[in-house]
Amino acid sequence: MKKFEGKVLFLDRSDINTDEIIPAKYLTEIEKSALGPHLLEDLKLESFDPNSDVLKQSSVVVTRGNFGCGSSREHAPWAFAECGFYTIIAFGFARIFRQNMFNGGLLAIELPEEDIEEIFNKYASSTDVTVSVDIDSSTLTVTSSEQTSSFDFSISGFDKALIEAGGWLEFADKQYD
Amino acid sequence: MKKTIADKIFDKHLRDEPFPGAYVLDLDVVMCHEITTPTAILDLVERGKDRVFDKTKIKAVIDHVTPSKDSKTAAQAKVLRDWARRNDIKDFFDVGRNGVCHAIFPEKGFIRPGYTVIMGDSHTCTHGAFGAFSAGVGTTDLEVGILKGVCAFRKPATIKININGKLQKGVYAKDLILHIISVLTVNGATDHVVEFHGEQVSGMSMESRMTLSNMAVEMGATTGICMPDEVTLDFLWKFVKEDYSNDKDAALADFKSWHSDPDAEYARIVEIDASSLTPVATVGYKPDQVKTMEELSGTPVDQVYLGSCTNGRLEDLAIAASILEGKTIADSIRLIISPATPEIYSKALDAGYIKIFMDAGACLTNPTCGACLGMSNGVLDAGEVCASTTNRNFNGRMGKGGMVHLMSPASAAATAINGKITDPREFL
Repeated sequence: MKKFEGKVLFLDRSDINTDEIIPAKYLTEIEKSALGPHLLEDLKLESFDPNSDVLKQSSVVVTRGNFGCGSSREHAPWAFAECGFYTIIAFGFARIFRQNMFNGGLLAIELPEEDIEEIFNKYASSTDVTVSVDIDSSTLTVTSSEQTSSFDFSISGFDKALIEAGGWLEFADKQYD
Repeated sequence: MKKTIADKIFDKHLRDEPFPGAYVLDLDVVMCHEITTPTAILDLVERGKDRVFDKTKIKAVIDHVTPSKDSKTAAQAKVLRDWARRNDIKDFFDVGRNGVCHAIFPEKGFIRPGYTVIMGDSHTCTHGAFGAFSAGVGTTDLEVGILKGVCAFRKPATIKININGKLQKGVYAKDLILHIISVLTVNGATDHVVEFHGEQVSGMSMESRMTLSNMAVEMGATTGICMPDEVTLDFLWKFVKEDYSNDKDAALADFKSWHSDPDAEYARIVEIDASSLTPVATVGYKPDQVKTMEELSGTPVDQVYLGSCTNGRLEDLAIAASILEGKTIADSIRLIISPATPEIYSKALDAGYIKIFMDAGACLTNPTCGACLGMSNGVLDAGEVCASTTNRNFNGRMGKGGMVHLMSPASAAATAINGKITDPREFL
């Protein structure tokens, strides 16, 4: 099972679409490893630099609503995973993106909007914020050098099973003829 | 009773409920294209599972970049082509016989009321126009679909959209769906099915219904369903008449048995007044940001694109031809027209539309998705503006730094003539 913890990359916008996460011109790549260098290349977000060290050092995304809307391309979660991001936390995901995350054994956590607001308010200006996730107890902890906060989240039995199996292919292969 | 069409389809197709709320459905059709399928194919090969659950239920097409534009797209096409041959998939459409997936698959009669359909493409919701539960998925779902013939869903609640009154002249299904998206917003139907009801929908052609259903995903919906009726049956009759021993009444009764029950429970009911709508287009980078063509009138445009799974069908070309007939487009404009399938192209030739387009100064391309997502055949440069009949105006969608205004084929044609955004009613 992957590790769902690490330094946080804050993406302070709703409706970030999969074209922004990985532009269509890279969909001609068959190898997933070719996607990583282009993660978030077209993201429209003030002061965001896709080549920054923050992106390179982080492994958890905290963002707002309707994350991953648009194209069904699984290249979007693949690009995140190639860059070491296995956890994305938002107050809402587009259905296909969320399913693609769990289908690849990655974690998409939906928190209430007020919890996301609280995390942004308390932590987004710090540079040393980390998140660790305990799937068994369905809690996540946000930590900076100044403070710590914990949040409960809900995860379905099915989504948990997909994470444990390593993805939907692994789960379905055992379960169905 | 009390069931929506999605409930009925889930009941009929339920293979397993491994956890509460996780519904694993048997699939009737698994559709594949060359962008999202090759990674699945290569993974299946690597796992030693290079096989398909039912070769007659798999449909495949090369449509996003076709003919191949470079070595990488040639390799993707080859992976799909070789796999289709290896697995004896008869319904595979290669260069010359290929078209935009969500136009060619319904044209071939592959979609029926009550079906479950998946594809590694978000606009798979288009086929909800036939009363199917048809959903876009990622490559892993597609891979499992190919191998096992199943896909897992949360059971979606349904939003009912009642479209009251009739559209006025110059206002089309595209204007209607853009308006609906602006009302529900880009995530207003996330994890929901939407149903389109009302006299306007009953009176619509299958082509217009496909335009409606196509953009359901732009408000987050899993699929967008129209109730199957006489119009659906007329469209499908040549494909289904043997199944019903040539008995049209029996076929219609069967189609209508899928209808949501009158007392079905909805998460939300939205009333839309079609008669008050005027032509609209998107602004900005989200499909729910919509203004009237009147408000946008005069906005300069560099390129006009007519095509895609949203609006590249014969009806769309016919409307554009009626506006462009005997006219030429503005000198500053590049008008690119991509009929969505070879059959549509051929019918447009017979009807004289292609000649009208060429005389007007349009560039006709083969059927392909290319320009819609900035992959080929009409990519924008930074700062360029495109009036487009496609489905997404995301930042960079048709080319990095480009701006896309989504609109109807009529609006696109009028805009091409004037070289700036133009209300099509000026030409009707």
